[in-house]
Amino acid sequence: MIAELGLYALILAFGLSLVQATLPLKGAASNHAGLMATGQGAAAAQFVLIATAFIALMHAYITSDFSVANVYENSHSAKPMLYKITGVWSNHEGSMLLWVLILSLFGAAVALFGDNLPPPLRARVLAVQGMIGAAFLAFILFTSNPFLRMNPVPLDGQGMNPVLQDPGLAFHPPFLYLGYVGFSVTFSFAVAALIEGRVDAAWARWVRPWALAAWCALTIGIAMGSWWAYYTLGWGGWWFWDPVENASFMPWLVGTALIHCAIVVEKRDTLKSWTVLLAIVTFSLSLVGTFLVRSGVLTSVHAFAVDPMRGTFILMLLVAAIGGSLTLYAIRAPKLAGGGLFAPISREGALVLNNVLLTTAAATVFLGTLYPLFLDAVGGPKVSVGYPFFNRTFVPLMVPVLIAVAAGPMLAWKRGDLLGALQRLWIAFAAALVIVMAGLYLAGFAPILSILGLGIAAWVAVGSLTEWADRVKLFRAPLGDTWRRAIHLPRSAYGMTLAHLGLAVSVAGIAASAFSVERIELLHPGDDLDIAAYHLHFVGTEPVPGPNFNADRATIEVTRNGAPVAVLHPERRFFTLQQMTTGLTAIHTNFFSDLYVALGDPDPSGGATIRAYWKPLVPWIWIGAVMMALGGMLSLLDRRWRVGAAAGKRLPAAHPAPGE
Amino acid sequence: MRRLLYLLPIVLFAAVAGYFALALSSGRDPQTLPSAMIDKPAPEFALGGLDNGAGLQLDALKGQVVLVNFFASWCEPCRDEHAVLMRLAKDNNVALYGIAYKDKPADTTRFLKQLGDPYRAIGLDETGRTAIDFGVYGVPETYVIDKEGRIRLRHVGPLNQADVTRELLPLMAALAHS
Repeated sequence: MIAELGLYALILAFGLSLVQATLPLKGAASNHAGLMATGQGAAAAQFVLIATAFIALMHAYITSDFSVANVYENSHSAKPMLYKITGVWSNHEGSMLLWVLILSLFGAAVALFGDNLPPPLRARVLAVQGMIGAAFLAFILFTSNPFLRMNPVPLDGQGMNPVLQDPGLAFHPPFLYLGYVGFSVTFSFAVAALIEGRVDAAWARWVRPWALAAWCALTIGIAMGSWWAYYTLGWGGWWFWDPVENASFMPWLVGTALIHCAIVVEKRDTLKSWTVLLAIVTFSLSLVGTFLVRSGVLTSVHAFAVDPMRGTFILMLLVAAIGGSLTLYAIRAPKLAGGGLFAPISREGALVLNNVLLTTAAATVFLGTLYPLFLDAVGGPKVSVGYPFFNRTFVPLMVPVLIAVAAGPMLAWKRGDLLGALQRLWIAFAAALVIVMAGLYLAGFAPILSILGLGIAAWVAVGSLTEWADRVKLFRAPLGDTWRRAIHLPRSAYGMTLAHLGLAVSVAGIAASAFSVERIELLHPGDDLDIAAYHLHFVGTEPVPGPNFNADRATIEVTRNGAPVAVLHPERRFFTLQQMTTGLTAIHTNFFSDLYVALGDPDPSGGATIRAYWKPLVPWIWIGAVMMALGGMLSLLDRRWRVGAAAGKRLPAAHPAPGE
Repeated sequence: MRRLLYLLPIVLFAAVAGYFALALSSGRDPQTLPSAMIDKPAPEFALGGLDNGAGLQLDALKGQVVLVNFFASWCEPCRDEHAVLMRLAKDNNVALYGIAYKDKPADTTRFLKQLGDPYRAIGLDETGRTAIDFGVYGVPETYVIDKEGRIRLRHVGPLNQADVTRELLPLMAALAHS
């Protein structure tokens, strides 16, 4: 009964989304206030309806209602409660439902908090959101209904893929979707602006917080996914250039370009058509990512069940959304008049460089992901890509980005003084030099790329701090003056500094991976293993029963110079229902390095293979990502977003733009 | 001219969408990438080996049914597959040869020292040239080559025990008796 209620709610939401996609558009064209206002009601009601459907599905999972086919196929009564809940989105149908739930949440947010938007713009944005919603709801209803019933009702479910039974993986899809779908709002704004034929500073002010929010969520989602790969796969790797990872990384790269480019539109009223294009491309890549994972065009460990019917539907959806918006772009964008002019060496120029490099990097990843299959489809020769391809193309593109990150914020708008900026950055350069020299002295010439990477990280970190010190006139003005300046510096400025520092921290963590040490040994109970400064004593393994698995848990005592550090318990879990084994790595971290121990195959002689890694600075990869996301959120709290954009335009003197 | 620039995004997208449509309509299972090389003679190769070892030449493999496995130390799925390869070499006495794809010799040596060396001989394909000739999509990939030096099976991705017992070993046995 409850499942049927969910289905009816979905059908109703589909009907409403059709209303939302059409009436407000007509209202905006004829300047009819009543018609324009229908969008708000429809968007809010749609959210309530889809939330109802989502709760209905969750209810079926929690009560283990195996008469619902989706629950039968993906759940089991013995599964822990947490994973019954997260199981709702750990399968194709449920994850699509989560997708539209988040989409409708954003639609409702635009409807509720968009009071200071010009009514025609709001109506058009909501209409575009309605179109996306209608397409995805149709996709769910016609190809992926999560509420299908089964007859006869099976006694128990088939269980979930054991790999998914993990907190890191269970919670990263909602963050990824918040990111992917969040970019739908910027997409809708871009399309609405193209329909209106007008992009101005007020538009950029509206778009940037949405882009930032989506970007933060995506950053967290990608970091969680990579962290999950790190601790479950058991080989110490954290990024594999897997098609599904790439699918989330491409919108992140272009989204990063977008949040930087929107600043230029807002501050300098230029680069408009480029920003609109970025907004379209970011969401398009999110859609392509969804398509790649679900259609079966690409194979991946993450891929859900393959279904050509779904693939065809998603392809039609892609052609309508991306093809439609890009056609509109081709027609309307040439008319978007450019605003202020700027010299190549300027803040704008630096942001353009950032954009060019980031989008090129995204294009490289796109090519590396699709090119081999593309050649296959047209019957050409096959080429191989993989780690070496990405290391040789992506990494060199990132080096100039990182060098520019420190210098860009130092340049003035319109016309900058590069020499002056570089002079003020001497301390960052000195820091980088010290790090490189120290690295060469301690580690020799062999890991030269890693040492240079650490030097670049120091350059970015010290450069970002220098920029902040410059702004508050640290040591150049009385301390009280500096304090006053520091307090009055807008939150967006702190957000930028924090995010750029986070980038430096992540880069340091990535660069240092070359210094990691690994030992893989067959140990018997009582054996010892030395790695880096640690001494590992293998006590033995014991069987431990779990709710729906049987685990072998090892006990390893870790000491350093004789002093106890930790007792680690890596596990191997055998899921009886699915006949699958998963690993659970034990990690001891002191935030500067990880001691990482995985339990490998048991040996008939009673021993076990122990894989131990010492990984310096690796935790910084994720600490840096969290800092980047926090920087974005801090920037979101800036009071400027809460000041009405329209009001700000009428009274420019009353709201001096902060952040200058 | 400038207007044409604005058309570029939609043109690029049309190409990508066209490719997606092609890939979808081909109706093939993405797990079994077909090889244009099936039943054709394996491409010639003569690769150097580790530590001045003999290396690997196609000519030296003829006259027996062999398994050629492309692997790399940087490839995680290769590590997953390694236990299966070890069993193949030890328990089934399969003529297994390895080609280290775009890998530094020192890394390959370390990889094999840690996990064991199931290969009768190893060729180093540091440039990836041989992999391109074979049409390797990514590592790991495994090929069955018959006595006459023709490719008879291509397996993309890590081998698992089920693939080995159900498909690989029966095929190799049949080829050996023919």
